[in-house]
Amino acid sequence: MSARAGDFDEHISWGISMEQLVMKAGGWFALALLAAAAAVMAADSGFAVHMTIVAATGLLLAALTLKRADYGAIIRGALKMPDQGRYDDDMIRWGVIATIFWGLAGFLAGLYIALQLAFPALNLGIEYTSFGRLRPLHTSAVIFAFGGNALIATSFYVVQRTCRARLAFPTMARFVFWGYQMFIVLAATGYLMGITEGKEYAEPEWYVDLWLTVVWVCYLLVFGGTILKRSEPHIYVANWFYLSFIITIAMLHIVNNLSMPVSLLGSKSYAAFAGVQDALTQWWYGHNAVGFFLTAGFLAMMYYFVPKQAERPVYSYRLSIIHFWSLIFLYIWAGPHHLHYTALPDWAQTLGMVFSIMLWMPSWGGMINGLMTLNGAWDKIRTDPIIRMMVMALAFYGMSTFEGPMMSIKAVNSLSHYTDWTIGHVHSGALGWNGMITFACLYYMAPRLWGRERLYSLRMVNWHFWLATVGIVLYAAAMWTAGIMQGLMWREYGSDGYLVYAFSEVVKAMFPMYLIRAAGGLLYLAGAIIMAVNIGLTIAGRQREEKPMRDAAFDPAADRPLQPHAA
Amino acid sequence: MSYDAMRHFADSWGLVFMGLSYLILIGWHFRPGARRRSGDAATMIFTDSDTKGGDHG
Repeated sequence: MSARAGDFDEHISWGISMEQLVMKAGGWFALALLAAAAAVMAADSGFAVHMTIVAATGLLLAALTLKRADYGAIIRGALKMPDQGRYDDDMIRWGVIATIFWGLAGFLAGLYIALQLAFPALNLGIEYTSFGRLRPLHTSAVIFAFGGNALIATSFYVVQRTCRARLAFPTMARFVFWGYQMFIVLAATGYLMGITEGKEYAEPEWYVDLWLTVVWVCYLLVFGGTILKRSEPHIYVANWFYLSFIITIAMLHIVNNLSMPVSLLGSKSYAAFAGVQDALTQWWYGHNAVGFFLTAGFLAMMYYFVPKQAERPVYSYRLSIIHFWSLIFLYIWAGPHHLHYTALPDWAQTLGMVFSIMLWMPSWGGMINGLMTLNGAWDKIRTDPIIRMMVMALAFYGMSTFEGPMMSIKAVNSLSHYTDWTIGHVHSGALGWNGMITFACLYYMAPRLWGRERLYSLRMVNWHFWLATVGIVLYAAAMWTAGIMQGLMWREYGSDGYLVYAFSEVVKAMFPMYLIRAAGGLLYLAGAIIMAVNIGLTIAGRQREEKPMRDAAFDPAADRPLQPHAA
Repeated sequence: MSYDAMRHFADSWGLVFMGLSYLILIGWHFRPGARRRSGDAATMIFTDSDTKGGDHG
């Protein structure tokens, strides 16, 4: 176990006085008491369970404080975390582990509900395991738990290294990490108990929303504070993307979740908006969650980690600036394309469609910028499986940002809307772009964060790459087929003007595609398990003996032109 | 401000303001001498390499 240099841990002072200790433990205990009182007086059982979780956490923290042991050091020893170096990396190491853990949980939940669609008996007849409750658990686990932890971890990694400054407000940074995990736990358990606002990607109820707001403002302070104390004059473009992601998500989250709780001790609340205004606010939020959480944030990863892994600067820095401002100015208007052919005014639908189509250009500019970063080093795609993952991620960024604008065209949307084509589109972006770039960043950061010479195994990265790629291809192809078939069957009229197919016939026809989709999900999950083993063993300090991943060597005897045949 | 007035402001002066802001923000990086600065910014992640010493790389 390592003792840390004194000048680095002024923020965690273990040698606190007795008064401070009592105040601190007393504070946690008071919080636990308040939560326990709220649990007793709760208006509904879900709220009571949540307050019990809060009370248990408060009691645990009070007990840990009173025991005065240096738990941070114990855990650092157990996880073989090296001493703090030039940068404050502890939370990033935690973040890497949390990203992998939540990723596995989210992928497993996804596979399970995919199988439920094929075999409804897997709902088990229990409300807690029904599709309707597990589905938001899956989406939130992969987007907010897996993606969110990846974003927080990489943003703290990148902002310190590009600003050449340690994290501002280190205690607050720890609060951001643990507070975010608390948000995930409250959200996930709430979904299982049926606590939901019924807004896609914004399901958590009012008190969890308030908690996330506090955590998120602290995140902004830590990130912004680090930028302010930078010792590098220029703010690298990745930080622009991260900052826009943090600020925009704060704005979206607050506005879309404006609601009035029925009781201050109950989980139910009603939205401040109603009808089509509520729908528009929701999809203004929903699409910008895609635009700023799943795009801007992950582009920030791309603009730092792709150049670092390729060991060459981004193809065009000025193109990255155009990419940035174009996304900022365009994305915010695209949301109405989720509400084509609804009560939303026609002009607003058209506006959403036009801005979505305009988004195609900066998106492809960004994709080309990322891919062309490899200009002159294309051989790395063959020799470096991490680069290969990044290139695949960028290819899927390009594909899904082409597919999205196409699906936002009203004529296409009339076929695709409400079908599994939408699911296929989302997953080509989520599995292909967000997943692959996150895996690549984790592989990049893990050896560096734990002071290892290299990963446990590069060949396992290669296995992960191919399992994930084949999984995505199966998934997306199955969903495109299922979705287009579904859309065509729904709109099929007979000569007498009646619909040709009953809804149940459409569901039956999709069964084979649902199996293929589940198989794709299984492969994707298998790849992620290989990653967990690989990074776990890297953390443990092991290195696999294996043939290096490289090109065949030049052999002058064999590598010569063929002799012409004798006549 | 009535909805009607705001709407007309948005699709006239508001639109002009947004368009000009966009052009200025991007144009700034194409002013004379900005090419070198962009090059410096793009390569700054490699200077003072953090792969040695403190960063355990």
